[in-house]
Amino acid sequence: MSDQPYSPAADPLVIAGKTYHSRLLTGTGKYRDLEETRLATEAAGTEIVTVAIRRTNIGQDPNQPNVLDALPPSRYTILPNTAGCYNAEDAIRTCRLARELLDGHDLVKLEVLGDPKTLYPDLLETLKATEVLVKEGFKVMVYTSDDVLMAKRLEELGCVAVMPLAAPIGSGLGIRNPFNIRQIVENAKVPILVDAGVGTASDAAVAMELGCDGVLMNTAIASARQPIRMASAMARAIEAGRAAFLAGRIPRKAFASASSPLDGTFFG
Amino acid sequence: MNILLNGQPLEIPDDFTLANLVESRGLSGRRLAVEVNREVVPRSRYPQHPLNPNDRVEIVHAIGGG
Repeated sequence: MSDQPYSPAADPLVIAGKTYHSRLLTGTGKYRDLEETRLATEAAGTEIVTVAIRRTNIGQDPNQPNVLDALPPSRYTILPNTAGCYNAEDAIRTCRLARELLDGHDLVKLEVLGDPKTLYPDLLETLKATEVLVKEGFKVMVYTSDDVLMAKRLEELGCVAVMPLAAPIGSGLGIRNPFNIRQIVENAKVPILVDAGVGTASDAAVAMELGCDGVLMNTAIASARQPIRMASAMARAIEAGRAAFLAGRIPRKAFASASSPLDGTFFG
Repeated sequence: MNILLNGQPLEIPDDFTLANLVESRGLSGRRLAVEVNREVVPRSRYPQHPLNPNDRVEIVHAIGGG
């Protein structure tokens, strides 16, 4: 790519054959209401949004607005997740229901959790679920820990994107192991997206500077004091980090290196 | 007969189909998905899908989540 100002339009992200121009994916949980969800999602410039699949509240007013009314599938790529699933079977059932719910749409975010305190993924169950889902034709974007070999294994099983955590879900701790994330990126042939653990804009920028293809976040935006403003901060951070990655950072040096020429001074 | 709808016991007429059940809950035309005894039933088959005693029916929809 020739040296010119960064333009997201000239730097598409392709997931499962579909082209996107935003590298920021957002969740839709934890907002005050659907209007805030809608405005923050717009401010983030997101094209892919995650949703959860849950029981309808039987007896509640069925005419209440739904998240898919605020974020219509005609405008956004809906990424149903398997949040809350603690085994492969529940995650598979959730994906099958999501595909029916979304008229055959087969892009899913697989997450199989192992422990309610850390929300760390159960990788054995994740592998089991991945095998079945890929066989059933799902396009699986998989949530995983930042284990380098596991990321590769999930890619080899046919996941369309691998999404290592930066830190535990909702923790806002930022990228705890940049070396692993970097290794995962360098080994990968599918998009690598950091999913979970981002706390503020600089964390998102760091993920992109490490070479990640995108970042998926929810809490960092939805639980910010001003979610809509934070969404726009994240959008800028993602673009800045991506541009910096492509541009190539300077090597770290132990000593100073003057920026002004040393020759031609008129003094001394 | 009795079924379990979203984990709650529910009495319904013996000749109820899935379409009848969805309609009786005021959910017709809503964007949802239905599982009977852990198997997804496609929307187009609700009218032909008879319910049986002790069926475990799950009706789900999309909500905000990360």
